[in-house]
Amino acid sequence: MRIFAFIHLLVSIPHGYSNYVETKAGQFFSSGHTNNWAVLVCTSRFWFNYRHVANTLSVYRSVKRLGIPDSHIVLMLADDMACNYRNPKPATVFSHKNMELNVYGDDVEVDYRGYEVTVENFLRVLTGRLPPSTPRSKRLLSDDRSNILIYLTGHGGNGFLKFQDSEEISNMELADAFEQMWQKRRYNELLFIIDTCQGASMYERFYSPNLMALASSQVGEDSLSHQPDLAIGVHLMDKYTFYLLEFLEEVHPASQANMNDLFKVCPQSQCVSTPGHRTDLFQRDPGSVLITDFFGSVRKVEITKDTINLTSPVEPPIQRQVEHSFVADISSQKPKQKDWHPPDGFILGLWTLILLVFFQTYGIKHLKHIF
Amino acid sequence: CMTPAKDQFQEELVIRPLHSGDIYASFQFRTLWDTDFLQEGQKKVSHYRLFPKSLGQVLSKFSVQELHISFTQGFWRTMQWGQPFIPSPPGAELWVWFHHTVSDVDGNWKELTNVLSGIFCASLNFIDMTNTVQPSASFKPLGLGNATDHRFLRYATLPREIVCTENLTPWKKLLPCGSKAGLAVLMKSEKLFHSSFHSQAVHIRPICQDEQCTSKAWELRQTLNVVFDHYTSGQGKKEWSLFKMFSRTLTEACPLASSSKVYVDITDNPELFELSPATPLLSQAVVLGDRRTYSVYDLTRAETFGQLRSFNLLLRWKGDNMLRPLLHAERYVAGFGLQTGEIHTVIYNNHPYRAFPVLLMDSVPWYLQLYIHTLTVTSKSRDNKPSYIHYQPAKDRHRPHLLEMLIQLPPHSMTEVTVQFERALLKWTEYTPDPNHGFYVGSSVISALVPSMVAMSTNFTQDQPLFSSFVPVKEESSYFVRVYTEPLLVNLPTPDFSMPYNVICLTCTVVAVGYGSFYNLLTRTFQVDEPSPPLAKRLANFIRRIRGVPLLA
Repeated sequence: MRIFAFIHLLVSIPHGYSNYVETKAGQFFSSGHTNNWAVLVCTSRFWFNYRHVANTLSVYRSVKRLGIPDSHIVLMLADDMACNYRNPKPATVFSHKNMELNVYGDDVEVDYRGYEVTVENFLRVLTGRLPPSTPRSKRLLSDDRSNILIYLTGHGGNGFLKFQDSEEISNMELADAFEQMWQKRRYNELLFIIDTCQGASMYERFYSPNLMALASSQVGEDSLSHQPDLAIGVHLMDKYTFYLLEFLEEVHPASQANMNDLFKVCPQSQCVSTPGHRTDLFQRDPGSVLITDFFGSVRKVEITKDTINLTSPVEPPIQRQVEHSFVADISSQKPKQKDWHPPDGFILGLWTLILLVFFQTYGIKHLKHIF
Repeated sequence: CMTPAKDQFQEELVIRPLHSGDIYASFQFRTLWDTDFLQEGQKKVSHYRLFPKSLGQVLSKFSVQELHISFTQGFWRTMQWGQPFIPSPPGAELWVWFHHTVSDVDGNWKELTNVLSGIFCASLNFIDMTNTVQPSASFKPLGLGNATDHRFLRYATLPREIVCTENLTPWKKLLPCGSKAGLAVLMKSEKLFHSSFHSQAVHIRPICQDEQCTSKAWELRQTLNVVFDHYTSGQGKKEWSLFKMFSRTLTEACPLASSSKVYVDITDNPELFELSPATPLLSQAVVLGDRRTYSVYDLTRAETFGQLRSFNLLLRWKGDNMLRPLLHAERYVAGFGLQTGEIHTVIYNNHPYRAFPVLLMDSVPWYLQLYIHTLTVTSKSRDNKPSYIHYQPAKDRHRPHLLEMLIQLPPHSMTEVTVQFERALLKWTEYTPDPNHGFYVGSSVISALVPSMVAMSTNFTQDQPLFSSFVPVKEESSYFVRVYTEPLLVNLPTPDFSMPYNVICLTCTVVAVGYGSFYNLLTRTFQVDEPSPPLAKRLANFIRRIRGVPLLA
């Protein structure tokens, strides 16, 4: 009897092992993307906006370090800080005071620079509608299996972002550009990060699926800069991107850090403004999305020396089936209604003042005209 | 089995101490390839070894005969530094000779600038018809080519273009060894851009392999010229080493190079000069009209690197002696206000007794409207009439001005060329985001054959150092020189871009307040109203109404 149980156990172990392998193979195909792209934009001109260039370059550095090659990064810098005549250390852009970290590096490739960074060029890069003579390094050649990271920084306001002190892009234009990208199947999933004043207003109007957005401050709040360097004379980084860079320096290509960790970067105690995020258009749970899904270019390769017999066909990823049925629903779905909050103190006070003045001047009797 | 195309690669570094205390380092990398990109009927070239594929494909796609592109930061000070080996104007300069079989030169030019902007990470796509000219005499082909039709030549310059690490990175990637071995290891951007002058260029042209020109080859030269100014900016003494200049030393030659040499100009040795490690190899060359002696270090030989496997050159010098440049020029804008102005170009001929002609080429953007009837050329306060003038007037928003003149410079004199202009008002969408900075006008180009004190050698040898063989020498008694003037920065009348917003606010406020009040005055009617009774009376009336009893007054 015991021997029989023992033999049964011996037989079931290899069977259990191939089951394990099949589940691993199933997991292998569970994330939908096969390549990564990044579009990093700095929209400010002039020397005192040094920090915006440093912001963009620190994200560029992290993204390159985690594996995305230059050919898959579209870097747009609206002004040149590294070789600016006011820079006491030419060919460098520092992110920490006392010149600790040079984010410019020795092999940077800037695709759009100076006057080329305009709203039109940015939207053309996103939607792919570029003139035929545009070189490859200036194009976003993504497909429907690409995960794209979009990072914007500069000066912004409620509902707009300023480009080079002369033009603006509104949140509606951005939402429409992303919808064009969705209709043309130019992305699988998109992560949008913005570090400007009132950044949350820029992602309010998104309505395309598979978008996740992060911003450094809510509507009505300003994003603050971090620290000046007295030798260079300007502020070097913005607070949100500074702590984002610190967080990303800990991430390596094999790390399992997920989006929930990213949402916790720079709480109000450090950032003074309240960072916000939006995940209602994203299908997967943010806790299951790895940082390297967007910031890195992790190739899913597992090397094995054993032959594995797959008995049953590998389950196609459930996500794809869901995608086909959900497309019609999602595109007609309105974005989730925000919860109603009672009016803010300031608005209440203002209305009280108005009513008080009205009744003071005209008396109670006018109520009969109103009611 | 096809025999592979023969290609060879040479690299060289020339270090020349300048009389101002600065040091001039010039890198040249040359790839020679026996192939023909433009031959029709033959299979397209597909196997690239030392020649970079990205450039080869560009040459064959656009049928380019010669291509010269340079990116420069800073201005070459001829009076303090002498003549450079390869001159270049500030900003970006691109001039191309197309093959005579091309039918649509303008279309090819537009696409070529876009492709090059992608290769070099520069905004060369801003080159269009408004800043391209076709010089008739100034930019003759430097390689083979009996092209006399200047319709196949295009020249454009972007004086505002910045040069930084993002331009150096793709430039280094074109080298066969990249920046991993050979002389290119010295190119670290933090040191290269901390300099008075930095210029990197790519020159492609077909050349003859031998005296009789039986076989032709394509030559690609990548040059990088840099002037370090640690002495004049007060950061050091007149003592230099490779490590101090580049923060690196040389450890090996590029394995793909057939020759890898370092030349140091020691014409003033030993009284003024100390060089270590010393070398017995010396070479003499006549370059730019002057006979100079060079110490040669051959990096392909292992003994150059010594015990430490690293080669660090040390120079210490005490005095300075410079040959005064025979030709130099400057340019500036005169006048005041934002309506008119005058461009002055001053050319100096410092030769004591010889006069020689120079070709002056000016390309002025259309928004500075030149009045050519005010053009004057004076030498030694007398009128000097040019023997050849080619002028193409500008067309608004279409074409810039092109002025080419052949002027005879009297010996030991100063020649001044002046022309008046008027500033145009641009449309509000044509201004750059920072219009108060000003608008740039590209450098003037002065090309001349300057008489030489020393006989130049016209022998064609393959062993000539690269720095003396860039420009082909046709006769013994003169050498070719190209001098670039400063670019100009002019202010155009700029509107106040915040005014439309201000005007809208002001007008709407005035209209609202004025019209609103007016409407009220006209339509409001006044009625007499009884004062309301006090609360007690109102309550009493209310109760009386319920009871059905007549109300109080």
